[in-house]
Amino acid sequence: MDFGFILASAAGELFSPTTAAYALAALGLAVHFGYSGLLNFGQAGFMAVGAYGFAISTLSFGAPFFVGLLIAVICSVLFALVLGIPTLRLRADYLAIVTIAAAEIIRYVVTTNQLTSVTGSANGLAAFEGGFYSMNPFPEGDYLGMNNRDFFIRVIGWGLAVICCVIIWLLMRSPWGRVLKGIREDENAVRSLGKNVYAYKMQALVIGGVLGALAGMVFTLPRGAVQPANYGTELTFFLWTCLLLGGMATVLGPVIGAMIFWVVLSLTQGILYGLIESGAVTWLTTVQAGQLRYILVGVALMLLMIFRPQGVFGNKKELAFA
Amino acid sequence: MSKHSEESMEAGVDYMTDARAIAVGENTPGCKKRDPIVVAENVTRTFGGINAVDVEYLEIPRHKITALIGPNGAGKTTLFNLLTGFDTPNSGKWQFEGQSIAGVSSYKVARMGMVRTFQLTKVMGKLTVMENMRLGGSDQPGERLSKALFKGMWGSREKEITDQANVLLEKFKLDTKKDDYAASLSGGQRKLLEMARSLMVRPKLVMLDEPMAGVNPALTQSLLDHIKNLKAEGMTVLFVEHDMNMVRHIADWVVVMAEGKIVAEGPPGEVMKNPAVIDAYLGAHHDVDLGDSEGIKALEQELVADEESIVGTENAGIIAVDVVAPDMQETIRTDKDKA
Repeated sequence: MDFGFILASAAGELFSPTTAAYALAALGLAVHFGYSGLLNFGQAGFMAVGAYGFAISTLSFGAPFFVGLLIAVICSVLFALVLGIPTLRLRADYLAIVTIAAAEIIRYVVTTNQLTSVTGSANGLAAFEGGFYSMNPFPEGDYLGMNNRDFFIRVIGWGLAVICCVIIWLLMRSPWGRVLKGIREDENAVRSLGKNVYAYKMQALVIGGVLGALAGMVFTLPRGAVQPANYGTELTFFLWTCLLLGGMATVLGPVIGAMIFWVVLSLTQGILYGLIESGAVTWLTTVQAGQLRYILVGVALMLLMIFRPQGVFGNKKELAFA
Repeated sequence: MSKHSEESMEAGVDYMTDARAIAVGENTPGCKKRDPIVVAENVTRTFGGINAVDVEYLEIPRHKITALIGPNGAGKTTLFNLLTGFDTPNSGKWQFEGQSIAGVSSYKVARMGMVRTFQLTKVMGKLTVMENMRLGGSDQPGERLSKALFKGMWGSREKEITDQANVLLEKFKLDTKKDDYAASLSGGQRKLLEMARSLMVRPKLVMLDEPMAGVNPALTQSLLDHIKNLKAEGMTVLFVEHDMNMVRHIADWVVVMAEGKIVAEGPPGEVMKNPAVIDAYLGAHHDVDLGDSEGIKALEQELVADEESIVGTENAGIIAVDVVAPDMQETIRTDKDKA
């Protein structure tokens, strides 16, 4: 077993663009659930809206990169409004039901055969990233073992993640963030103090949704393709795993959670494959080992909930389900 | 500020000692007040065929402390919810400072200066006591998303709010707890925090739903003084309470509800002598203050005279006297010694 290779590929996951995308989307969930108490089980839907909004505006309308980006963000804002207007006056559970359904609706709509010319159906869309890579300021060459394209997307993805973290941190230490935390605990008490709870919840839903859309773009650009199968409910639950791992009402928690998630997946995969190939494990195939990794993530999450329910960074006294 | 209060300000009236009549004319249920802050007309609310609230006419006097009393299920809290926009009535209109607030959402009502607390205390357990207090602060520009990012735009107001909170916390004896999470407070302390937080809004009318439930007797006295002092600061208080001594000590006016209706109104002394109120709510021996050192003796004398009571009969003393009131036992002994 080549431990050097296993560790190197695990370390590579730390700063992969997918990890940045997960971190951004999980940060959106932190705004939703960690700070505002909004149960969003459709973050994959927001990511899909971002990815498809960008891809369709680029491919179907020939929009330049920044216009496509803007359209994607606007689409996610509209998506948040459509979800929020009927549900935010109700209890938190209703938002959970509606978001999980809405995310599935998005996925089924883009998979529809009748829309193949626009959405590419199950095959998805590809070749929309040209505008992005044409802005690459790094000349060709070797950057820490990566080519200039891979390096560029990492710089942009993590740059975006850092900017978003700073913005969310600034927002959450402000009186605005305090009102959100108040709403998380008791809406009626906040209402009795003269705050428009509905408007605050809507703002939080939109901000978290926009983070999801940005994550969708960071997720899809290095792949060069957007496919509906990537935006299933399991994506949402992986994001929740990242959030719970890192700590819910924290800014760094989702980022570190996403890193832990991908490093653990990569390590377990490397070790299991290594054991199978070296003949130490004969009762598993590599396909089964791939599935087993997620079981291990589930077990890790359970252990975490039992022994450190606040996550890596969370404050136990602020635990949402204490 | 409304026209009314300006007038009384100009007249230099001290609200603490203002002894002018509260009602215009007779003290009947639904009577007109000299200077009402809240006027409710025909407010009804039914829950599946039960009339929870059916108030024909009610005025709350300004710059006074009004107690709302009545048996459980009389509709006191429902009336609170209706007046503050937390619930929608089936019919009726009501106004606050001459402005109709029927159908106005609860947060707007609070911003107008009508702030309530809850019977089941609502503090934000996962915020510190100080953050709870700051949450009540009004006109904080940093609560707008557009300004929240820049501390320069809300930092100075935050300091003012913090100072205001410190003063209130000290008054309510929570200043040592200000950096603790509110979840670590006791039930009584949470009541205090909720009341202090509602005062952060600088309300004109404070509506307290059972402010004394769960507060220890030593604190009750200082809390009563705080509530009385709210009047000196120009506030009006409306509270629901079951503790008749509190009602007697601080209320200027008492409104009695039963089965959703207003059944009696008047100054506390007068209302508590009303036979209908005694029957429906107070019970026969309501006027004895057991917290008072003389109270137990007074109650005993009253019970001896009462035919239904066991006190003064052969069965007397079933309740262990030494546990309930050791000093009483001494007085009994000294009485016997004298005999």
